[in-house]
Amino acid sequence: MRHIISILLENEAGALSRVAGLFSARAYNIETLTVAPTEDLSLSRLTIVTSGTDAVIEQITKQLNKLIDVIKVVDLSEAAHIERELMLIKVRATGKDREELKRLADIFRGHIIDVTESTYVIELTASGAKLDSFIQAIDAGLILETVRTGVSGIGRGERILKV
Amino acid sequence: MTMMTGAEIVIRCLQEEKVEYVFGYPGGSVLHIYDALFKQDQIKHILVRHEQAAVHAADGLARSSHKVGVALVTSGPGATNAVTGIATAYMDSVPLVVISGQVPNAYIGQDAFQECDTVGITRPCVKHNFLVNDVHKLAVTIKKAFFIANSGRPGPVVVDIPKDVTAAKCKFEYPDTIQLRSYNPVIKGHLGQIKKAVHLLLEAKRPMIYTGGGVILSNGAEQLTRLTRRLGFPITNTLMGLGAYPGTDRQFLGMPGMHGTVEANLAMQHCDVLLAIGARFDDRVIGNPENYASIPRKIIHIDIDPSSISKRVKVDVPIVGNVPDVLEEMLRLLDAGNVSPDAAALAAWWKEIEEWRGKLCMKYRMKKGVIMPQYVMEKLYEVTGGNAIVTSDVGQHQMWAAQYYKFDEPRRWLNSGGLGTMGVGLPYAMGAALQHPEMQIACVTGEGSIQMCIQELSTAKQFRLPIKIINLNNRYLGMVRQWQEMFYGSRYSESYMDSLPDFVKLAEAYGHVGIRVERPEDVEAALRKAFIDHKDDLVFIDFITDQKANVFPMVAAGKGLADMILTEDL
Repeated sequence: MRHIISILLENEAGALSRVAGLFSARAYNIETLTVAPTEDLSLSRLTIVTSGTDAVIEQITKQLNKLIDVIKVVDLSEAAHIERELMLIKVRATGKDREELKRLADIFRGHIIDVTESTYVIELTASGAKLDSFIQAIDAGLILETVRTGVSGIGRGERILKV
Repeated sequence: MTMMTGAEIVIRCLQEEKVEYVFGYPGGSVLHIYDALFKQDQIKHILVRHEQAAVHAADGLARSSHKVGVALVTSGPGATNAVTGIATAYMDSVPLVVISGQVPNAYIGQDAFQECDTVGITRPCVKHNFLVNDVHKLAVTIKKAFFIANSGRPGPVVVDIPKDVTAAKCKFEYPDTIQLRSYNPVIKGHLGQIKKAVHLLLEAKRPMIYTGGGVILSNGAEQLTRLTRRLGFPITNTLMGLGAYPGTDRQFLGMPGMHGTVEANLAMQHCDVLLAIGARFDDRVIGNPENYASIPRKIIHIDIDPSSISKRVKVDVPIVGNVPDVLEEMLRLLDAGNVSPDAAALAAWWKEIEEWRGKLCMKYRMKKGVIMPQYVMEKLYEVTGGNAIVTSDVGQHQMWAAQYYKFDEPRRWLNSGGLGTMGVGLPYAMGAALQHPEMQIACVTGEGSIQMCIQELSTAKQFRLPIKIINLNNRYLGMVRQWQEMFYGSRYSESYMDSLPDFVKLAEAYGHVGIRVERPEDVEAALRKAFIDHKDDLVFIDFITDQKANVFPMVAAGKGLADMILTEDL
């Protein structure tokens, strides 16, 4: 099962490598990982998408909690939540493809943020699955580059992760 | 407030923490610290001959005393040599603070002389580590290191200090206490869970108590003994937990696991309620977890580390908390309710256990004219009156020591159970000997293991440590040989120890007493000579033992606990 684990950790040098190292040392899998400081600069918020049986996810949460730099851990996917991922995708845009790509970007609520005679850069924010469908919708031969941030997530309503 | 250098701050912090011994080895990056050490006489520095032994000796001191062990090493090779010691302590949850020198801040990342990424290298085998890049953070970081090392589930903490930080000056302030927002170990167990556990124990028809190193680390032996006697249940202590309950008591079934007793393993397998305390269902203890789960039973698990619970087997009643606190609460509930377990069921269960015990699985055959290693252990127990601190290395001798020396008290048996590090025996004995100068210290080892830290005979001479080395010399890497005999068609690939030194001469060369014993009838006299006549000397006794002796009973790797190979099966 796919899980989105959200972590508040001390914004200290090496804290990220403790988390990443734990996953590789114990053979847990990381699908995506994003991290950045929060409004409180002493804290970082980290989101990991992983998968495993219930027992493995239980161990992941417990092992994360054991790290001294980790302050709080929640499994966002346990309850109502929102997830988003940002993708920048550079495509070959010439001839009749230019119009078609523009139309597709609109359908997926993306924006074209860079235009040259032969290329577009399209910005798209959505769930990971939707980004995958966008990639599939485009002729693979037109894709020049993709860069994705990995999943960020947040609980709905009063579900708040804070110190 | 006076200004102090970082080096002076390091030493002052250790004094504040009441550290008596620091085990270490000097080098470029720690020269300022060694200079500060030179200018005081409160902390004694024990100069080892290899950094690995510094950490092991600090670890031995900690295991024998519930104090935090402290080691001091230089950057680069000093730190990498310390890694085996740190990983050993980590696997057995031993509280250590390891201070390592680092190249100056400005040189970090430049591939400087004796530079290595100590924090990176040690990260997976420490409870936590720090790189202190500012002298103003030094004192508070050392305070944190001691707090983290010795609270919750203990473990080693590395503090890496660049050389310029030890030269820089600032005011010294040492906090009395420290709070970390991200680290608050639970002490008291959840009362509802404890009540549930007590209820289950009282309902049990075939109860079993299984305890590990956590009981020793948390100083819970006294509470464990009271609870076990109050309930009248059978109990087993793992390799790391020996001494938590008196080894000579009738309720004690011996050690469980790969080389456990028949009665302990069968009781583990056939119980209907298992009370696991400070233990982690290790593969060497329960064998194959699937096999262990094949017989349904209720499991209560008390541990301070939530990640130990339901890691290898699913637990029914998890209790996160400090062992002595939780056991006190259980005792209180039993006394308040004035309740006792089902006496008739317990009597029937004991009858079954006594039948298993009647198999006398620890008996072994004597061979004429050949010293059996088990016999040496029995005699060691007799001659020391069961009161020695026994350290061991890793291999057959370790199992024989655990099987045949009965530990009635905690912190008397020091060995590397988790990582299984050959070479710990002598440095552990050094740490224990310094901490307990009044006690007999025996290092049970083999001719393979002892050579992994043999250089420490020199340290033992310098500091006059009267350790008795019991070398069970079978000219084989015995445990490897045993597996090769049983599982690899007796192809003894590289397990024969050729070109061994003359250990008697070697001991003498280091200034110690050496004795070689080749006949069974001389075993006891040699031990008496060592422990009585040479009470104040280090004595190296080289016992030439049976080459083919194997450790039994044995549960082969991956098998279930009831699947034991006994001596007579072969």
